[in-house]
Formats: sequence, structure tokens, C-alpha cells
Amino acid sequence: MEVLIDDSLLIRNYINGDERALETLINRHNQRISSFIYSKVNNRDTTEDIFQDTFIKVIRTLKRGTYSEEGKFLPWVMRIAHNLIIDHFRKNSRMPMFEGSDHFNIFSIVRDDKLNVERQIIKDQIDSDLNLLIEELPRDQRQVLYMRIYKDMSFKEISEITGVSINTALGRMRYALINLRKIIDKHNIVLTI
Amino acid sequence: MENIYTKNQKDCKLIKSKPETVKFLLDYSKSLKITEAKGIKFESNLN
Repeated sequence: MEVLIDDSLLIRNYINGDERALETLINRHNQRISSFIYSKVNNRDTTEDIFQDTFIKVIRTLKRGTYSEEGKFLPWVMRIAHNLIIDHFRKNSRMPMFEGSDHFNIFSIVRDDKLNVERQIIKDQIDSDLNLLIEELPRDQRQVLYMRIYKDMSFKEISEITGVSINTALGRMRYALINLRKIIDKHNIVLTI
Repeated sequence: MENIYTKNQKDCKLIKSKPETVKFLLDYSKSLKITEAKGIKFESNLN
């Protein structure tokens, strides 16, 4: 027959270094404390978090030797859990968390604009193919295209750097695009996601 | 008459925290060391 050791004795043993005493205490009160937390927060994951935070406080208090045995262990732990539940609701009222339901999914109106992995790979492939195509252009056209598209320079800046008129720079850009389209059409290259 | 009963009575069920949570707490406890110097208590986690 299992002898039920009193909580206060287990606490004393734990403070004196017996880690198994803590295991007994947690297992003994796990259901009552977890159910209490769950009855307030109605969420399994939040219950786990608050249960964990509660016992972290318990462990720290016991190890620091600041636990006073004025009351009983369980009511003390319940009080810690209760305060953490209040903290949880306060935090949630400052930063409300929206959870979807069966009828409404928040992701139907909120979207992440980032590409998924597959689309990112395709985009990288297209970028690399486009670079190869640009390399096929005559040097002067390639130069203008790089400055305009990749360096986002104005045609005035391009003309100053390359030492040609704005009209020439515009013309080179025009021919660069025409020639790129020609190469793409000729080789039936598809450059879309 | 005002309805004073909670809507979530069905949610009042008995549950237990997961064994992983309990294990984490026991490991945390084993790793936590308190050292006292000049009346100040220092916490350290020795993993």
C-alpha cells in the first residue's frame, strides 16, 4: 500500500535537494491545477503554458528559500496560477488574439505576400534565366538596361555616366527590350510564374 | 430572469498537463542553481 506523504514534508525534502519530491508534488496536483486553469482559459495550449509558468514560479520560490508555510501548498499554487491567468487576460486585452472558426477563416482575408518555397524557386530560376538572356545583348544596350532596371537610375543619370545623350540612352533601352523579346520568342522561353 | 450560468459548462472537464511539460519542469528544477553572495541570491541554469 502506498503511503501518502504530506505536501509539507515533500516540500521540505525538495528544498533539501530531493528532486523526486517535486515530481510527486506535480503529479499529485497536476489534474486539479490544469483543470482549474483550463476552466478559465478554455484553451489546451494556453493551459499548458500557464501550468508551466506556475510551476516555474513555484520552483524558483522553493529553491530561493522564500516559501513560507503559512498556508497549504495547493492553495498557494492555485493563487499563483490564478494571478497568471489574470496576466494572460490582461495581455490579451492589450493585444487581442483572433481565432478563426469553422465558418470563418482569418486567412481568407489576410494573406502573406511572400512567395511560397516553390514559387520562390521558380522566381529565382526566372531571374537567373533572364540574366543569361541579358548577357546576349550588345554591350551598350546591356549597360543601359542594367543601370535602369537593376540600379534604378534615371535616363539623365545614365546619359551622364555613359557619356551619351538622353535620347541615345532611351533608344538603347528600347532596342535592349526589343532584342530581349526577340530572343525569348525565338527560343519559346516562358518567363512567368 | 438574468442568465447567470456560464455558456461554457461543457468545457469544465478534468485535464492533466502533458508529460512533456512535467518533464520540462523537472529538468528545469534540476538545472536551476541558486547561489548567494553578500545577501544577494543569483540564479543560474546549468544545462
